[in-house]
Amino acid sequence: MNYFPEEVLEHVFDFLKSHRDRNAVSLVCKSWYRVERFSRERVFIGNCYAINPDRLIERFPRLRSLTLKGKPHFADFNLVPHDWGGFVYPWIDAMAKRGVNLEELRLKRMVVSDEGLELLSRSFVNFKSLILVSCEGFTTDGLAAIASNCRFLRELDLQENEVEDHRGQWLSCFPDSCTSLVSLNFACLKGEVNLAALERLMARSCNLRSLKLNHAVPLDTLQKILAQAPQLVDLGTGSFVSDPDSETFRRLRTAIQKCASIKSLSGFLEVAPCCLPAIYPICLNLTTLNLSYAQGIHGSELIKLIRHCGKLQRLWILDCIGDKGLGVVASTCKELQELRVFPSDLHGDGHAAVTEEGLVAISAGCPKLHSLLYFCQQMTNAALITVAKNCPNFTRFRLCIINPTIPDPVTMQPLDEGFGAIVQSCKGLRRLSLSGLLTDQVFLYIGMYAEQLEMLSVAFAGDSDKGMLCVLNGCKKLKKLEIMDSPFGNLALLTDVGKYETMRSLWMSSCEVTLGGCKTLAKKMPRLNVEIINEGDQMEATPDDDRQKVEKMYLYRSLVGARRDAPDFVWTL
Amino acid sequence: MSPPLIGVEGEGRGNVSIVTASASMGCVSQNGSELKERNYLGLSACSSGDSSSVSSVSEDNKSNLNLKATELRLGLPGSQSPERVPEHSQLSSGKFEEKPLFPLLPSNDGINASSQKTVVSGNKRGFSDTMGGFSEMKGSAYNEGKWMFHIAGSESETPQSVVQGKFPGNAGINAGLMSRPSGSQPNIMKEVPSKPSQERSRASNGNSHNEIKASNNSSSAPPAAKAQVVGWPPIRSFRKNTLATTSKNNDEVDGKPGPGTLFVKVSMDGAPYLRKIDLRMYSVYQELSSALEKMFSCFTIGQCGSHGAPGKETLSESKLRDILHGSEYVLTYEDKDGDWMLVGDVPWEMFIESCKRLKIMKSSDAIGLDDECLELVWRDWLRILTFQNQSNYSVSL
Repeated sequence: MNYFPEEVLEHVFDFLKSHRDRNAVSLVCKSWYRVERFSRERVFIGNCYAINPDRLIERFPRLRSLTLKGKPHFADFNLVPHDWGGFVYPWIDAMAKRGVNLEELRLKRMVVSDEGLELLSRSFVNFKSLILVSCEGFTTDGLAAIASNCRFLRELDLQENEVEDHRGQWLSCFPDSCTSLVSLNFACLKGEVNLAALERLMARSCNLRSLKLNHAVPLDTLQKILAQAPQLVDLGTGSFVSDPDSETFRRLRTAIQKCASIKSLSGFLEVAPCCLPAIYPICLNLTTLNLSYAQGIHGSELIKLIRHCGKLQRLWILDCIGDKGLGVVASTCKELQELRVFPSDLHGDGHAAVTEEGLVAISAGCPKLHSLLYFCQQMTNAALITVAKNCPNFTRFRLCIINPTIPDPVTMQPLDEGFGAIVQSCKGLRRLSLSGLLTDQVFLYIGMYAEQLEMLSVAFAGDSDKGMLCVLNGCKKLKKLEIMDSPFGNLALLTDVGKYETMRSLWMSSCEVTLGGCKTLAKKMPRLNVEIINEGDQMEATPDDDRQKVEKMYLYRSLVGARRDAPDFVWTL
Repeated sequence: MSPPLIGVEGEGRGNVSIVTASASMGCVSQNGSELKERNYLGLSACSSGDSSSVSSVSEDNKSNLNLKATELRLGLPGSQSPERVPEHSQLSSGKFEEKPLFPLLPSNDGINASSQKTVVSGNKRGFSDTMGGFSEMKGSAYNEGKWMFHIAGSESETPQSVVQGKFPGNAGINAGLMSRPSGSQPNIMKEVPSKPSQERSRASNGNSHNEIKASNNSSSAPPAAKAQVVGWPPIRSFRKNTLATTSKNNDEVDGKPGPGTLFVKVSMDGAPYLRKIDLRMYSVYQELSSALEKMFSCFTIGQCGSHGAPGKETLSESKLRDILHGSEYVLTYEDKDGDWMLVGDVPWEMFIESCKRLKIMKSSDAIGLDDECLELVWRDWLRILTFQNQSNYSVSL
């Protein structure tokens, strides 16, 4: 296609939105590579240490939207020490210096500083959208900078970040001229907000579609905001506590009834069950409902609420809904696609939990279900086999049995057969998390059947290196493998070292891998960064003892070699 | 086979199996000599250095050491992970050193006869093992003689017998290796000793999984060792922290009508202890009734809900009495004024507003509810009788 005009190619590439498609076309030939790179505006970097900012900007000068992911997934569960890395500042700095016209920045598990936010707010005139998920390192002062300086800010979305709340006036920092807000989410902030400033901001943000408040915003303010913003599509309430007989509550009910556009509801960070009926009128339209932070609502009340939600597609809920409640979900929410059931009792006392019955009921009633995160007390092979038969469309299947090495309580067998049925039946499965008593057999199944699997999370599973080898050999599309507390050692690690360059990353903690094994791997594969996290100076004394086990190893492919911002306790081999 | 013998002496459970085990364990020839030497009661003489770290544990630990002597140790793959030890409780480290004492799987050096697996075998940090909290359970794990270990079924020479151990309370060694169900199911995850254990057979053939017993008691057992394992369960720390804060706030509301909970005491005539329930967990009398029924197993309001008009939750006293004719017990509550009322008369919301405590009375007593005087008279009469007895007694003195 040498004679194909580049303008035409460019026009065709405009239709390519997915970065996978764009990655694919850029491999066709040099001219396609060149056309594609000049036309790409949205870049996704799954591991911020796989590449550096300069090379990014070099290749994609027209960059407008950048998505970066930092820490490994297991950082969510406190397995990665605090200052491991994942700093966004160098990226902001480089883009500012090179004159990138950045409009959108989306970060996940990165360390963001106030200086970074300040720099961001000042450097990019057209900056519109900041989305931070599970990040940390900044305070409300950084948010104040964003609010003050980003004149065309459309989206400020803070999801589950650890933010130091200085209880400042960051909300007041939005200038009076700022009317561009479309989405504002500050639910994760712990401190008070200036309610008057919030109300004024809401009043002038006529384009607002998505609003998620934090727990400090009382029902009264919510009522006032809703009265002025009936066009909301996505609402996260703050505190939902009020005297049902009060005037405030009556006004809230009136306001809610006018919000015919709300499709997504979340929040209820503090909730009085008697106030829930206020939302019944909008339940009919809901496609997304997130009650996973709404503690104190009894199963029966949840059931009453769910009965109104016939169009629900995505449901995040606490396990106090019980198996019975899940049965109601199954019979009411026929359009359900994604379900997440979180444990309400983190200490595993066992009551108010869900079991395999609930999951089976859901699978029977909701054939469109394709994404699941399910925390339960127990699971049986029979149930999993039934679920696999009922729902062959799973793309994400994450099962967490709170007690992670118990077998099927009915047959006393490991759960190999159950998970085997899942991978066999769900041919499109991309993400899988295992739990329960599992032997090498389950990995055999995964290697054999899970052809589309991209991410696998393993804990307390397997008997021998064979397990891990089955997965590495069989799952051709594997991108991320994370393993904790499983008996996989050097043999599994070193048998197929080339595999890791086809993957984004591998995490192994509390396994049988030794320092010597990691060193060997690092030597053989120069384009892998093999990092050992050496907490508590366990290996300081004997850094040359190759036989000692490595507590935490994280390796990832990288085009730019070892990172230079690693703290002392991270050794890159 | 020290452990079984200790068990025998201690509680006499599983005697037969123990004997069988020991008999069939005859192949453990080299153990034989040590077995004769065993002196369970005198295990204090244990000279192994390991014992020091477990000195806090009762003599059962010493029996473990005897095990070492009996070479029932089976090479636990990768059992040497000293760097894990510091992370665990004191006992853990002690146990860790003892680890070799615990036969788990057919060992590589061919001592297959004693493929007994004390559940706490493991070449790696098992789940229970990583629970730092089981320092509390340390005693339980190795105390009192009884414990469980499993003889791998995969070994044809070895019998399938299982010696059962009993532990104080719900302590239990990882029962994952039990081939025979037993009455006292130890809880796997919660009270497992620090052995870097894999709560399951680590046999490479993996067949023994068939005999694995679940710690299905985990839900019923008091969660003794509730220390959280790092990284498990896989819940985002943000979520954990948020829920922890909210639930703390909820717990502070006790007995007061509030958004969160409304706990009231429930007593029952004849029951040795009271219970507490959260009235906000229910929205109709029927739910309360069935919950109490489950709790006390002998109370029933019956089908009162079906007697009322649809949607009405009130029960007339006469209807309730009708239902109760077949039932031995009645549910009553003490209201704000201190009066004892029959449950079911008023709308639910009103009921939970005024209820201070609940009492399950014998219906024979309840019939007399309307007539307080009768009860008072009866009580006085009792007092009089008692007084008379006392005075008689004093007279005789």
